[in-house]
Amino acid sequence: MTHTLPALPYDAAALEPHLSRENLELHHGKHHNAYVVNLNKFIEDGKANATQSLEELILASPDGPVFNNAAQVWNHTFYWRCMKPGGGGEPTGRLAEAMARDFGSFAKFKEEFAAAAVSQFGSGWAWLVAKDGKLAVTKTSNADLPMKHGQVALLTCDVWEHAYYPSYKNLRPKYVEVFLASLVNWDFVAKNFGAA
Amino acid sequence: MSKHSLPALPYAYDALEPHIDAQTMEIHHTKHHQAYVNNLNAALEKHPHLFDVHLDDLLAHLASIPEDIRTAVRNHGGGHANHSFFWTLLGKGKAGEAKGDLRKAIEGSFGSLEAFKKAFSEAAATRFGSGWAWLSVDRFGKLVVHSSANQDSPIMDGLRPVLGLDVWEHAYYLNYQNRRPDYVASFWNLVDWDQAERNYKDALLR
Repeated sequence: MTHTLPALPYDAAALEPHLSRENLELHHGKHHNAYVVNLNKFIEDGKANATQSLEELILASPDGPVFNNAAQVWNHTFYWRCMKPGGGGEPTGRLAEAMARDFGSFAKFKEEFAAAAVSQFGSGWAWLVAKDGKLAVTKTSNADLPMKHGQVALLTCDVWEHAYYPSYKNLRPKYVEVFLASLVNWDFVAKNFGAA
Repeated sequence: MSKHSLPALPYAYDALEPHIDAQTMEIHHTKHHQAYVNNLNAALEKHPHLFDVHLDDLLAHLASIPEDIRTAVRNHGGGHANHSFFWTLLGKGKAGEAKGDLRKAIEGSFGSLEAFKKAFSEAAATRFGSGWAWLSVDRFGKLVVHSSANQDSPIMDGLRPVLGLDVWEHAYYLNYQNRRPDYVASFWNLVDWDQAERNYKDALLR
């Protein structure tokens, strides 16, 4: 199959002032797109299995360029859906109960998630994941992702520098704070939790 | 005992324009490099006798660093060493071309200066995520092109750096955005080959 760049689920300027239009246009139109183009090139060259779905490719590929590009296609598609204009606030219902149970409180979850996002050294991702019905915060390097570790991804924050440099430059902690306060799409996270 | 400190840049922030812009240089030096220095010092506070050890020796013997600060010394000590090394390698108008013993060694190892530049640029372009591209001298005096992840230093692998190029996105994003290959190409306009030659001679003495 040929992989395609999904459209952003909102306008590139819709997350302003938290993430600038330029920031999103580069991130989606250049970075995310490059991973799609690279992956299709690997398929064309016979280096990646043309019959496998994106998830199958990710799970079947060892560390290396095919895995990196396939996983980054998935990570970015997931990341866009984790945000929405007018996001932030707090989860409700079952997800809120699970957070209170597994982190102590929503505030504690936020603290743990922000710490993971800020302390991921180099490029990578911070995650809220579910495994065996329990919630956990994790971080991964470069393209690595929860499905490779038997976990279900519920929420992610991209902490590659390209994700925030146009808007925040070196101030990753500020970006992470704004992500949690004003961008997270908790309906999407709750949906992922319901399916986990 | 002395704490590590941020070395002054050997040129003005705008000295490398248009290849590297002044804002990138200022943030890179006063924010990113400074943070590595601060975090390294904070880690060493827990084992202050290590303030007396040369940074290169800490990096060459990571396995002997107390476990509770080993990752911090690797990341932030590596970051401090790599950036201090990087600043001295750059200088507009100093570029010229490799000469002398280093030129001969490069031609001996890679066939030609052009072939070396191609291999180095390839290492810089293909390092996935954050990291560095290097020309180093190995334990047996031979030149090698390689790359490292994050702030890992060649010194951690028993190598001695001659040239290094920072390919963390913070090194080039304001000026080049996603176009890392353009940034890498511009590096060749900035290399101070006299400094590279000194690095090469130092490396052979160790």
